[in-house]
Amino acid sequence: MPFEYLDHTADIGIRGIGKTVEEAFCEAARAIFNLMVDLEEIVPEKAIHVTVEARQLDLLLVEWLSTLLAKKDLEGLLLSRFHVELREMENGFSLRGVGWGEPLDLKRHRPKTEVKGVTYAGLRVQREDEQWLAQCVVDI
Amino acid sequence: MNETLQLEQVASSEWILQKRGEMRVPGRIIADKGTIAQLKQDLAEKKEWNALEQVQNVACLPGIVSAALALPDVHPGYGFPIGGVAAFDIEEGVVVVGGVGFDINCGVRLLSTPVAKEEIAPLLQKLADDLYRTVPAGLGSEGKLRLNVKEIDRLLQEGARNVVERGYGLERDLLFIEEEGRITGADPTTVSLLAKQRQFKQVGTLGAGNHYLEVQTVERVFDQEAAAIYGLAEGQVVVSIHTGSRALGHQIGQDYLKEMERASQHYHIPIRERELVCAPVASPEGGRYLSAVACGSNCAFANRQVLAHLVRTSFARTLGLTTEAIHTVYDIGHNNVKFERHRVDGEERTLLVHRKGSTRAFGPGREESPSPYRAVGHPILVGGTMGTTSYVMCGTPLGMEKTFGSGIHGAGRALSRKKAAKKFWGKDVEASMADAGIILRAHSMRGIAEEAPGAYKDVERVVQAAIDAGITRPVARLRPLLVLKG
Repeated sequence: MPFEYLDHTADIGIRGIGKTVEEAFCEAARAIFNLMVDLEEIVPEKAIHVTVEARQLDLLLVEWLSTLLAKKDLEGLLLSRFHVELREMENGFSLRGVGWGEPLDLKRHRPKTEVKGVTYAGLRVQREDEQWLAQCVVDI
Repeated sequence: MNETLQLEQVASSEWILQKRGEMRVPGRIIADKGTIAQLKQDLAEKKEWNALEQVQNVACLPGIVSAALALPDVHPGYGFPIGGVAAFDIEEGVVVVGGVGFDINCGVRLLSTPVAKEEIAPLLQKLADDLYRTVPAGLGSEGKLRLNVKEIDRLLQEGARNVVERGYGLERDLLFIEEEGRITGADPTTVSLLAKQRQFKQVGTLGAGNHYLEVQTVERVFDQEAAAIYGLAEGQVVVSIHTGSRALGHQIGQDYLKEMERASQHYHIPIRERELVCAPVASPEGGRYLSAVACGSNCAFANRQVLAHLVRTSFARTLGLTTEAIHTVYDIGHNNVKFERHRVDGEERTLLVHRKGSTRAFGPGREESPSPYRAVGHPILVGGTMGTTSYVMCGTPLGMEKTFGSGIHGAGRALSRKKAAKKFWGKDVEASMADAGIILRAHSMRGIAEEAPGAYKDVERVVQAAIDAGITRPVARLRPLLVLKG
């Protein structure tokens, strides 16, 4: 599975796995939205655009995921598909990303839970063997 | 990982985590033997998140006073353990985002009704349907009260009073909310526009996860005097509302986590765990965060005030009661940070007390308690899990000494959500609750599995540990009749 969940007593850890860091970031986002509604129930028809920056890759992951959570509320969309472009800058990284999804529809979607925030706990973005991992604990 | 942590039992429900290494103070853990065994096992298994190490990390923070505390509902959190309390000197100490968490001032409102359990029984299904329709809950739910930025700013300053003036509830309610539902020093400019925008549709919503609304009955009174003062009697129907500051609080937590990460570097504060990023209490960053927490807290008070009003309208429609017949017993938060006066080593001091999954539990005589409650101390609201009991407790002089007047907030999780979702089925949980005569209305069946009573510690044991340690006293036990979940 390109994303997985990590055991945490009060909350839950998410881990995105990919061949590239961009892919791992997309999978981490999918792991979060899959906590709200099963991803296969979400039709990716409307887009949300995100641009964030951070001085480290791991902090960039928190920025990316927390911005998606905020935009989900503002635009009223659940997301299931993502695309990320990363650029290294002089003093850090910049990310341009898109998430696709649709508004919550209780006739078709079976809601699971809300995600309150993205924490620094267990936060890691690293290369392991041939793949990238992007992980942290989210508060639910 | 620190495997050299030494835990010494000093009383039947009290352990000391010896001060060593970078720890500035010892840890004090008040819990039953079973909980301690679990915490030790987590440490031995080198779990990435374990509460003993979290207590140790908190004990290393600058300016911490007396001890890093963990109460009987302790379980691993991020940064602080859940059930964690820490007080800091206001000059040398720090303010820690992880000591409050994302759900700022999450807490419980307890309402009392004049109805007896027997009277409500035939109308319970009807009431369940009405509450399910009336109280917005679950993922993506929206409140009826829509506010713009200017109106949100006023709400953040005025707290529960703001929505009372809009017609949600009674003036009298305000007397029976912690800090009268309005924490001073809330400057809305310390809260981002994004946080306010996220809240536009979320005022007066319950949320999901462990948040709930329960119609309960007072099953047993342990302390007649305190119960009479709180207006509680055996057989009476009451309502508990458990929720927090919604998206606004979540965004404040997110924004300030980032700001404190920078502040920790700026002030060269050694951080053992990244969720403990912090700033000096007396710094501009610390001040801004404390103001933002005041805003988030006021938002949570207002949120529970709107929900209390919705519950009243539902009871009025279903049972033909007047809204005035339903009283607020108390409203108290369990994720917050406050300036408080405490006696430390014989000296009265102002401290900054963080409570993460712990309520204030001030004993008799404190002026922070509503005047009608001052003789016994304010009620402490301890949420059980759906299908199990909840407790009303009160503080003690010993608790003021040992825990800075702090009490337990709930049963505390024993199983992770992941494990619970695997182990339990929502439908089974619903069926076993039905067998126990409890009606369940939920927006998410998967959520029900994660919140299954079996995923939590036994609330009775947690309450008993708090009683054994003498930090709080039991006043009444509440048993659910009807549970509404997000």
